[in-house]
Amino acid sequence: MSQRFKNIDYIGIVLWLFRAAIVVIVVWGTVSKLFLGQGNAYTATDWIDFLVAGLAQGSLYALIALGYTLVYGVLFMINFAHGEFLMSGTMTATIFVALPLSASGFLDANPILGMLIIMVVAMLVSVGVALLTERVAYRPLRRAPRLVPLITAIGASFFWQYFFRGLYGSALVPFPELEVLKGEWAVFGIAVLKTRAVVMVASVIMLIGLYVFIMRTKTGTAIRAVAEDKDIAALMGIDVDRTISITFATGAAMAGAAGILYGMVFRQVHFFMGFVPGIKAFTAAVLGGIGSIPGAALGGLFLGLFESVGPPLFLEGLGIPGAHQLKDVIAFTMLVLVLIFRPQGIVGERLAEKKA
Amino acid sequence: MSSQLDLRNAARVGLLAGVVTLGISAVGMLESFDTRDLIVGLLTLGQLVLFSAPFFAGYRVTLGEGKSDVGPAAVGGVVAGALTAVPPIALILLTLAAPNIRNSLVNVSPELISLLSLGASEVVGSLLLLVVMAVLGVAGAMFHILPDAIRKPLVSGLGWMLGFAILSEVSLNILRPVLGRGLMRALFGTKGITPLLAAIIFVAAIGLTIWWSKNGKQRYESRKAAMSEAQIKQSRRVSIGVGIVSLLILPIILGTYLTEVVDNVGLFILMGMGLNIVVGFAGLLDLGYVAFFAIGAYVMGILTSQGALGIGHMSFWLALPIAVGTAVLAGVTLGIPVLRMRGDYLAIVTLGFGEIIRVLATSDLLKPYIGGAQGILQIGKPTIFGFEMVKPIHFYYLILAGVGLAVFVASRLRDARLGRQWMALREDEDVAEAMGIHLVSTKLLAFGIGAAFSGLAGAIFSARLSSIFPHSFNLLISINVLSLIIVGGIGSLPGVVVGALVLVGLPELLREFAEYRMLLYGALLIAMMIARPEGLWPSPVTKREFHAAEEEEAMGGAQ
Amino acid sequence: MALLEATNVTKQFGGLTAVNDFTFTVEKGAIDSIIGPNGAGKTTFFNCITGFYQFEEGAIVFDGHSVNGRSTDQITRMGISRTYQNIRLFSQMTTIENILVGMEPQLHTSWIGALFRLPPTVKEETKALNEARRLLDFVGLTGKGDDLSRNLSYGDQRRLEIARALAAKPKLLLLDEPTAGMNPRESAETTEFIRRLRDELGITILLIEHDMRVVMGISENITVLDYGAKIAEGGPSDIQSNPRVIEAYLGRGAAASATIEIES
Repeated sequence: MSQRFKNIDYIGIVLWLFRAAIVVIVVWGTVSKLFLGQGNAYTATDWIDFLVAGLAQGSLYALIALGYTLVYGVLFMINFAHGEFLMSGTMTATIFVALPLSASGFLDANPILGMLIIMVVAMLVSVGVALLTERVAYRPLRRAPRLVPLITAIGASFFWQYFFRGLYGSALVPFPELEVLKGEWAVFGIAVLKTRAVVMVASVIMLIGLYVFIMRTKTGTAIRAVAEDKDIAALMGIDVDRTISITFATGAAMAGAAGILYGMVFRQVHFFMGFVPGIKAFTAAVLGGIGSIPGAALGGLFLGLFESVGPPLFLEGLGIPGAHQLKDVIAFTMLVLVLIFRPQGIVGERLAEKKA
Repeated sequence: MSSQLDLRNAARVGLLAGVVTLGISAVGMLESFDTRDLIVGLLTLGQLVLFSAPFFAGYRVTLGEGKSDVGPAAVGGVVAGALTAVPPIALILLTLAAPNIRNSLVNVSPELISLLSLGASEVVGSLLLLVVMAVLGVAGAMFHILPDAIRKPLVSGLGWMLGFAILSEVSLNILRPVLGRGLMRALFGTKGITPLLAAIIFVAAIGLTIWWSKNGKQRYESRKAAMSEAQIKQSRRVSIGVGIVSLLILPIILGTYLTEVVDNVGLFILMGMGLNIVVGFAGLLDLGYVAFFAIGAYVMGILTSQGALGIGHMSFWLALPIAVGTAVLAGVTLGIPVLRMRGDYLAIVTLGFGEIIRVLATSDLLKPYIGGAQGILQIGKPTIFGFEMVKPIHFYYLILAGVGLAVFVASRLRDARLGRQWMALREDEDVAEAMGIHLVSTKLLAFGIGAAFSGLAGAIFSARLSSIFPHSFNLLISINVLSLIIVGGIGSLPGVVVGALVLVGLPELLREFAEYRMLLYGALLIAMMIARPEGLWPSPVTKREFHAAEEEEAMGGAQ
Repeated sequence: MALLEATNVTKQFGGLTAVNDFTFTVEKGAIDSIIGPNGAGKTTFFNCITGFYQFEEGAIVFDGHSVNGRSTDQITRMGISRTYQNIRLFSQMTTIENILVGMEPQLHTSWIGALFRLPPTVKEETKALNEARRLLDFVGLTGKGDDLSRNLSYGDQRRLEIARALAAKPKLLLLDEPTAGMNPRESAETTEFIRRLRDELGITILLIEHDMRVVMGISENITVLDYGAKIAEGGPSDIQSNPRVIEAYLGRGAAASATIEIES
């Protein structure tokens, strides 16, 4: 290491300055917020609210991030269209199942069964769209140079976005509000919006379920084997194409479920709803260490928290007007920082270089 | 073997065509295309699309080894054509079963259903559609087994006629000042061409094709073969001269409306030339390219605006180098953090940069300086010797000069040492570095020069529109530019022009396309990558680029 | 005088020690070889010399200058060129473009000169092109300069890779299995060609090779690596009869019959 300093690394210096600047901004902003009272005055309840909102948002990111991580682990490809898998299932289930069920009163009469039906439909549609995309757009290009499938994925993303826009229109579609989920629950003395609590619990259950599926079942083992080495896995009698399809399907199912939870929290769905959460979830996957399932979960929570707490904490502290508008900037800055300084993410190995 | 009938294949092709038809019906494309006449009173664009499906399904069925016999081909055609009709018929019947379906599927309108059921009632129309499509399937199959001597003239007759009808607006705008009112009315409808003109073009194209294959081709080739070296040079010089002159007089021929379209295309060519350096030459996939376009536009806007936000009140020409310089600076600055990233990570991070710029542009943080969502107004127009450039035709020459500069820079650098460095970088970054190439400067030069053209395009864009708003600088612009260089041919300079004409020019002329532009881009990107990754007009070297990897894999497996 | 001197070089990947306390010298004007079983750390050592890997311990000194901590492009400019075990040409560039890229250390004019076709740039490019043509002739690829390098035959690709390495005017040329995948006739040609490189161009050569006929026929000094450590060193005849070497290659007990195989 000491040798490195003999040849001055200018880019390294610039990057170090960049890192230092970010640290200074965050620290300065935080200090002036907490001790100098910059910006709005928040009570303790407000801060807890930010935290809970961040955790709920983060668990959604975690669910979506799984799809990126699984596919990246197997194909070393960023599935740009993953957010559209989410959108397709959620919109379809909202329009064809949730709204009619809500209108007929079934949903409020049987909230758990109703939500399960909606979720299953969303997952099925997402899986269908994912399988179709994989079969038509990705499979023929499995041996192509790396940029080619990425470009196809971008194409697929826009194709589905505007296909569903054509199908369902560009208006916002309201997601039905459940009577039982109005209001708050007190958890350990903290008031938590019921929807947020449900989102967190559902996400944790699904994350654990997925982890068990990947680690304990035969199919999960096949997925891990294909991720390790496709050719060897094929020699071992694993149907690689089928396993890759299952990987896509699994990720898409999680995305479909996440989409319904998303609809529950924000109470509206639209054709563009998959795009930004998709990119954010990718950020979360990278943050946690792409290819790792616990990493995706951790990265998602981390990103959600940062996005939620960051603007009121250090951005307002800097005296920035309309700080909440800049939460996307925080997310993308974090992505850049992670990729520069710790490409292997919080946990997880450095998969990025394995293929290079 | 060749005369054997593969019914399963016929069924598959037919159903696939049917599902595609269903898709374009359900998203509203068909109905929207139906408002566009091709041949007045005879054929709309919607009908063309609808009827092409069974025709091509039938055509595909007979595709295979050699020519089929008439009998099996006809059966295959009937099956494929009839099955094409099944999914649309299902949609028609669905509307009978669930009249409220439009609440969910917003584009399944009575107009669409009436179009699909050929104007008849639902049930009768369904049967009618089935029969018509089956007949068209047979026609497609028969068309394929026609002898070449008949088929080729027919193809060119139909092709020219439909092509002319689709682009009727171009000829309409060019010919309007030349031809008289009565003649115009005889040849053109408000949209599309009249049956008279269609017949004229059809007959003329067939006649010319027959003459060409019988006589003309031979004559042309013998004359070409007889040319001496000097004559060839001479004729090349003449054609270059003709090309330049026609570029110069183009806006005068085209008229105001078409010139505006060409201006738009030109701005995209300019951006495409820049992105082509980054993506095509150096292999760095940049999805945040719109950022530099935005920076160029905003700098120009702030420096020349006469409105409240303007500072400096500079002239266009003084602000131009500052705008381009700022874009270059931004390109290099944003390039530094991504220097060590490769491929897909680079793509996502640059996409993030693009989004950051867009968010900042709309944010309250920068609102006092760049106006937030209200944008910047009253941006100054360029003047030359006291002459103010306001009309599309003036900007045409400005953009033409910019594109000329971009082509000059890109082609010179491509053939020079820097171009080789970029290509080596694209091919194998590690080995390129081991050859003694300085990665940092090579990459930053690509980002910087690429950003320069985007900034230039942005500066001209803001002067042309006089006002800019943050929503003009969204991700879709980046995707647009990326799509056009991929469709044209990655790394190919003429490809950029072709790509821009097809992806930017065509949708402007066919406004019915506008709403489905991104949908078609998406499908086009996928189709191009699978079927023709080298693009419409590949550069000689990239031609083998992407197909190459597959061969390599095959070879690797054999060893 | 030693051109390349490696002292106690150690390179680890996680828990795996790929090169272990390796000390090694190459004399100026020599043709030396490193041999060893698969995974012995030969290519890793090449990667340490050329800066692809940063090694943890030890020092490598080339021509009086340390290469520790330098990047690959700096090391190439110091005068070390290499070829790769699995050919790594710029496959979508033509043969002559590949050689021109190899010439980078000799080129100095900037892109601005290229933009305006300034006389110094034009002169340098012309000179480079002539030099590239000369190299093309030297390695026997005349007439194939405008073919895409991926379309060349396997043997031609190997030759082109050497030409590209030569274009940098190296003092030391590292060849990683130059005859891999060649038939006996091509191997013999390549061996002869390597000798010419030293005799006609005065380039010192260090090669990794599996083909014992090539190694024994050409090397002046052979170093044997096993599990990252040096197990033997000496002239071809010493190595052939060294029991530790035979053991490393074929396992204990096979020593007696193995000498025959190596000689055949």
